[in-house]
Amino acid sequence: MTDLPKISDKKLGLVIDLDTCVGCHACVISCKGWNTENYGAPLSDMDAYGLAEGTFLNRVHSYEREPEHGAAQLIHFPKSCLHCEDAPCVTVCPTGASYKRAEDGIVLVNEDACMGCGLCAWACPYGARELDPAAGVMKKCTLCVDRIYNENLPEEDREPACVRTCPAGARHFGDLGDETSAVSQLVADRGGLELMPEQGTKPVNRYLPPRPKTETTAVDVLAPFLEVKHAEPEGLLGWVDRMLEKI
Amino acid sequence: MGEPKLNLSPKVSDDVRQTTCYMCACRCGINVHLKDGKVAYIDGNRDHPVNRGVLCAKGSAGIMQHNSPARLRAPLKRVGERGEGKFEEISWQEAYDIAASWLAPLREQAPEKLAFFTGRDQSQSFTSYWAQMFGTPNYAAHGGFCSVNMAAAGIYTLGGAFWEFGQPDWDHTKLFMLFGVAEDHDSNPIKMGIGQLKDRGAKVIGVNPIRTGYNAVADEWVGITPGTDGLFILSLIHCLLKTGQIDLAYLRDFTDAPVLLNNDPESPEYGLFLRDEHGKMLVWDRAQNAPRPFDAPDVSPDLTGTWDVDEVTHHTVFHALVHKYMDADYAPEAVADRVGLSAARIRALAAEIARVAFEEAFELPITWTDFRGRTHDKMQGRPVSFHAMRGISAHANGFQTCRALHVLQMLLGSVEVPGGFRFKPPYPKPATAHPKPHCKITPGAPLDGPHLGFVHGPEDLCLREDGSPARIDKAFTWENPMSAHGLMHMVISNAHAGDPYKIDTLFLYMANMSWNSSMDPGGVMDKLTDRDDTGAYVIPHIIYSDAYSSEMVAYADLVLPDTTYLERHDCISLLDRPICEADAAADAIRWPVVAPDRNVKGFQTALIELGAKLKLPGFVDDAGAALYEDYADYMVHHQRRPGVGPLMGWRGENGDSQGRGDVNENQLARYIENGGFSIAHIPEEARYYKPWNRAYQDWAVEIGLYDAPTPYVFHFWCEPLRKFQRAAEGQEERQPPAHLRDQIKNVMDPLPIWYPTSEASEAFTVHALTQRPMAMYHSWGSQNAWLRQIHGINPLYVPTKLWHAHGFTEGDWARVTSANGDIVVPVAHMAALNEHTVWTWNAIGKRKGAWALDETAPEATKGFLLNHLIHELHPPKDDGLRWSNSDPITGQAAWFDLKVKIERVAPQEIALPVFTPQQAPVDPGPERLAWTVGASK
Repeated sequence: MTDLPKISDKKLGLVIDLDTCVGCHACVISCKGWNTENYGAPLSDMDAYGLAEGTFLNRVHSYEREPEHGAAQLIHFPKSCLHCEDAPCVTVCPTGASYKRAEDGIVLVNEDACMGCGLCAWACPYGARELDPAAGVMKKCTLCVDRIYNENLPEEDREPACVRTCPAGARHFGDLGDETSAVSQLVADRGGLELMPEQGTKPVNRYLPPRPKTETTAVDVLAPFLEVKHAEPEGLLGWVDRMLEKI
Repeated sequence: MGEPKLNLSPKVSDDVRQTTCYMCACRCGINVHLKDGKVAYIDGNRDHPVNRGVLCAKGSAGIMQHNSPARLRAPLKRVGERGEGKFEEISWQEAYDIAASWLAPLREQAPEKLAFFTGRDQSQSFTSYWAQMFGTPNYAAHGGFCSVNMAAAGIYTLGGAFWEFGQPDWDHTKLFMLFGVAEDHDSNPIKMGIGQLKDRGAKVIGVNPIRTGYNAVADEWVGITPGTDGLFILSLIHCLLKTGQIDLAYLRDFTDAPVLLNNDPESPEYGLFLRDEHGKMLVWDRAQNAPRPFDAPDVSPDLTGTWDVDEVTHHTVFHALVHKYMDADYAPEAVADRVGLSAARIRALAAEIARVAFEEAFELPITWTDFRGRTHDKMQGRPVSFHAMRGISAHANGFQTCRALHVLQMLLGSVEVPGGFRFKPPYPKPATAHPKPHCKITPGAPLDGPHLGFVHGPEDLCLREDGSPARIDKAFTWENPMSAHGLMHMVISNAHAGDPYKIDTLFLYMANMSWNSSMDPGGVMDKLTDRDDTGAYVIPHIIYSDAYSSEMVAYADLVLPDTTYLERHDCISLLDRPICEADAAADAIRWPVVAPDRNVKGFQTALIELGAKLKLPGFVDDAGAALYEDYADYMVHHQRRPGVGPLMGWRGENGDSQGRGDVNENQLARYIENGGFSIAHIPEEARYYKPWNRAYQDWAVEIGLYDAPTPYVFHFWCEPLRKFQRAAEGQEERQPPAHLRDQIKNVMDPLPIWYPTSEASEAFTVHALTQRPMAMYHSWGSQNAWLRQIHGINPLYVPTKLWHAHGFTEGDWARVTSANGDIVVPVAHMAALNEHTVWTWNAIGKRKGAWALDETAPEATKGFLLNHLIHELHPPKDDGLRWSNSDPITGQAAWFDLKVKIERVAPQEIALPVFTPQQAPVDPGPERLAWTVGASK
């Protein structure tokens, strides 16, 4: 059993725009690349050129939605640790390996103390943790804690690898504890959502919902553009002839 | 227990080397982070014009490609049967000796007996130069089975195409409509652009039978029936004409709409432009009431009317197009059923496009002067932009469909204007400024000019004196006159058939022709291994170059192992396919950020060494000594025209010239210092209206894109098409064979038309398509331990209606049958899909033994290719002939015309067909990866 830290004001997290995510998996691989080389044990790939089961801290799932009216939709849903305020993965940990940083709220695993029991993964309602079979330790999103404060990186690169790489700009990083931050503003403007709030874990990350899809119909605003002005070619050509005098 | 102490500032790398990605054809700038001399991490170069710091999944996974177990290790000589995969490793010297022993006699006696075709080659200006110096007419890259329709239609119509050769005006467009675009050219720029549009609240409409990727995030999805985009677009045009929503000033000033056409069916010039004695197109001047050159400084062209000139009736191109497209055949009600959209929706979409183009129009306060010498104090914006790729082009009606889209753009006045579609240098460049194809063979000497180009009439076809095709792929013949990229997909079957003639050596680079890059791969394998009566292989020699153990390697007699993209020099050149932006010319290099640890060479360097051994002009000096040490040496020292070489940056002795200038010995060092690229910004007054903008034309001459200003107007009326029609009508000196006359007359209409791409069949009623996944690029990705975990399987996605009709449930399999055979594959349900269409991801299925994959790999058990269902020829028709499964205008392989039937079958262990496993020339991959480099861990 591990205690959660005294709540700090700072809540670092991600805001992921489901309206813009094209499902390209850039974030998945950028994360794999950075985090296999950096924090803790490398992210292994078992049977890498056969059935292949690798450890990832971030995966993109795709779901179809069939609304009552209109065409079916496909939604790309990137998923990683949500750095919950009431993180059950922390409180369940028997060794204290799973912890939430007091200063910024990032949830991490101290791999030296992790015995790979997997309780935290069971406790996480989001399925956001993976036990690395090669290292025998629990792996999860670190929010690139070794990038965001890294003085060996140029300041503009001190953000999570997934955010830096996202081609569509669908991923945003910042302090969700600060109402004035850009990410908080984005959440306010776009109606950012908690994932499964009923679980009571108070996730920090937010998802921006897809904007409503449209289907162009003959609405009023289009009336002037729908009006047939020239039923026959001669009518159009006559109009063009008159118009050319004026332009 | 307190929090552990973390090192929050670990060392990221010992060194960062900036080069150009090659995980797909997008050519992003990358930072390769090295630790202990090994690649530790790759991310995007923030200063790079293509990707501005972002990087896709493929790019970030480059480390796995670079370290792939499938990398070839040394030159290989075949010791078993073709296709078995039994090789012995040999030295480069022996490899060159073998190649030269085949090629040197060919060059002296019959250079056409070498067929040299390249696949995902990014050095076509170099490889084509080599082939030209060798003297064979048989060279092309893979455009014929890729997307030549898009390129050719764009260049003949607008003087530029979609691909990565243009882009929407991301800063100003308010409505962006994509046709047939999955992951394609451009890769990251489109993702970045869509993100930008979403930020601005601009609307995105995706026209595609399949709602994935860009179409999934599009605000509106138009789930069109495959192969009917052209009909849909022509119906939109019909609506715009009937509602009078067109940009008349644009049509008058920047297109051939006012150009006079001979309208006398009895005249030998019927359907051709009226021209003056200098060949200039003439328009009817409203002020002078007489025909005058279209580009006269004070001309006032009329768009409508009929005039007799020298007793022959003429009318304008605009007149012809209005009469054609206002016909009831193109009314929404007439096309609705075929395109799978309601008439009301087609009308509403046309109205929405018009509303944004005209009601949301804006102006930029930029003064500019046009080619007629008129100065304008503003730039008119039309904030509607389009992008399209192979979804519309890989059909047998693709050329005309792509042209139809360009006609729509022109009517709206939304090309090269603020908010519209913009070209990237070296485009705009009209078809007439491109070379024509060349095919004149002189044994022992170079070909008479570049192989590929643009024909302007029957006189430009590549035919021999007896009228038979000059090229092995039959490009630029009556079967497909405008085949600007060649027909790589026909090379092996024609070579096997000895039609139009036999060849001796097939030399391929980076093209997986025995697998995912061919139609009917099983048939191709048979042709590659077939023997004649004497027991000799029908195709006597095959040389193949690849970096990896692809399925094609096993079919080569000689394998030249290429490097990975991090170990090589390359130039992404203005002579070829550069990395320009709409506001800048830009080119780039690759350079060996790490040295190869195997006995491999960059293919271009191997070609230079082989060229020197064969004493090819351009590769040796007068004394026969090699001109270039390697490809890097060529990149710096080769000059295509005086002062113009493969790279535009840091030319001149001191490196202070851009575009034109003498050789600079330090050029590559300067590129490396600058992150691997060079960029030349277009002056503000030259940024739009480029084909007609004097400032742009002058700038383009200054940096060497043209040697003289080349203004032109866009073409609704494609006169070269009309010339082929005339030939089919009995005019013109060169005459098509009788069996092709009707086809040429019918499809080579100078104004875009739509025609069905396959005959109605009761047996095969379901369209079957493929899409490229965003995280994979062709077959390359499957050897990538990280990417293959994203796309290791590819079910056949089945729409709801068919899913229920066939009683499918999760985990089911289906037999999928076409006129060419059947496959048995796993299926999955997908609702966001056109109800008559099934689809799967492209090139996931692998042959056992290839790519260093284990035999249990899902790619080799459940993965499959639709290619087996597609043949390069259609089944025999009533006339007994097997017609080509290609666009009859360009020869573009019509992959997306596939029609199938599906049946539910019991769950299987393995997808069918199964081929015998290949022996691999490489060791199997490691069982476990836990990737980390550097002593710090």
